[in-house]
Amino acid sequence: MASFKLHDHKINAIVIGTSAGGIRALLKILSPLPPTYKLPIIIVLHLPHNRESKLIDVFQYHCSLPVREAQDKEHINAGTLYFAGTGYHLSIEHDLSFSLSCEEHVSFARPSIDVLMQSAADAYGQGLAGFLLTGANHDGADGMACIKAAGGLTIVQDPNEAEIPLMPQAAINLREPDMILSLNEIHALLVDLESCK
Amino acid sequence: MIDQHRDPNSIDIELQLLIQAIYIKYSYDFRNYAGASVKRRVLHALRQLSCSSISELQARVLHDPDTFTALLQYLTVPTTEMFRDPLYFLALREQVVPFLKTYPSLKIWIAGCSTGEELYSMAILLREEGLLERSIIYATDINPQSLEKARKGIFSLDKMRAYTANYQTAGGKHAFSDYYTAAYESALFDRSLCENVTFADHSLATDNVFAETHLVCCRNVMIYFNQALQERALGLFHESLCHRGFLGLGSKESIDFSSYANRFEALVKPQRLYRKR
Repeated sequence: MASFKLHDHKINAIVIGTSAGGIRALLKILSPLPPTYKLPIIIVLHLPHNRESKLIDVFQYHCSLPVREAQDKEHINAGTLYFAGTGYHLSIEHDLSFSLSCEEHVSFARPSIDVLMQSAADAYGQGLAGFLLTGANHDGADGMACIKAAGGLTIVQDPNEAEIPLMPQAAINLREPDMILSLNEIHALLVDLESCK
Repeated sequence: MIDQHRDPNSIDIELQLLIQAIYIKYSYDFRNYAGASVKRRVLHALRQLSCSSISELQARVLHDPDTFTALLQYLTVPTTEMFRDPLYFLALREQVVPFLKTYPSLKIWIAGCSTGEELYSMAILLREEGLLERSIIYATDINPQSLEKARKGIFSLDKMRAYTANYQTAGGKHAFSDYYTAAYESALFDRSLCENVTFADHSLATDNVFAETHLVCCRNVMIYFNQALQERALGLFHESLCHRGFLGLGSKESIDFSSYANRFEALVKPQRLYRKR
């Protein structure tokens, strides 16, 4: 499945967006990653408002990589899983640090996947791989289009497999991604992308 | 309409030129704001102001001050609410107020007060703790329209339900409705809350310290700054604060990544309340 395009891409960071069904999907692709995995992985997962997030604990329990909530002004470290905290948009600056913001909701979401992906596309350009998984709204479609426009790699979970196909399908409809893959294939690709670094 | 999927480099160049033009023409300094958010807000403003490119917006901003005033409303982020993060205000009431009560008179700086929600929350808290009459509050912002709204103290009535819940969680001692008069879908806040408030146009990017203070609250303002500007702002707060003065930040803000990390101690870390060492 790994397409010939991989050789054109030297990937420096990975961003992932998902909402409904996202926890299960993320655990499936992330928990088998080895502790030596080098790429930073930055994730927006929509959660209900005002619920104190236990995401970090849940993922740290299942993953061998360090798992953190992305902090304002924090520089992005290799081999770390970062989650966007609740109630704030998460962006990536050109100096590869995080910034938070309380701007209005985008696609009814804050944090918004579009906001993360648009800023990450600006910051990493063609060194970025964006993944959009199961979810129940259109957030992320625009962000994925930005990643592709900036020369990055875009991968959408196969809507036939996704728990809720709306989010991956919206991205496919807006702009054809580089690949449409199952979760098992996405996990394998994450491993492959590290070796392209 | 601009297609932001295309040609990101030209957009970044135009953006830098616009920010520079605003600085030269109007002395508003957005040069050290966090870039991703500024870019989003300018692109949003383009659509609202019906400009097809940032260059077109720049020309209009330079030749028409009203366009700049309109743009300024998009560049500043007015997302705020009363008693936002109620546990912060509860911690302020329980862990900072006892120290504040030991001072015969108080000076408090609400930096980046926006449309005033944070200010009225603070004034209500101080009144309930018997401190408002001996306090001077400086409420500062770079946006004159926001300051004007703060001065008027009129807020949308439909927000009062959420604010009331916040107020109660924050340890409020009365009925929240005691503090405002409802009329025509609006809530007009008690004028006496602002008797000792000085509203002022002040920029954390270009202005200096204007008073010695006991408490500085600057919440969800520095997230829009880059690290250099955040350093400058923290420097102003440190200089303004009296010996062992208090600093309150937004719930996801921290001084951990700044050079001031060692010059404040965390008083209530989860609520981002710090104290000058």
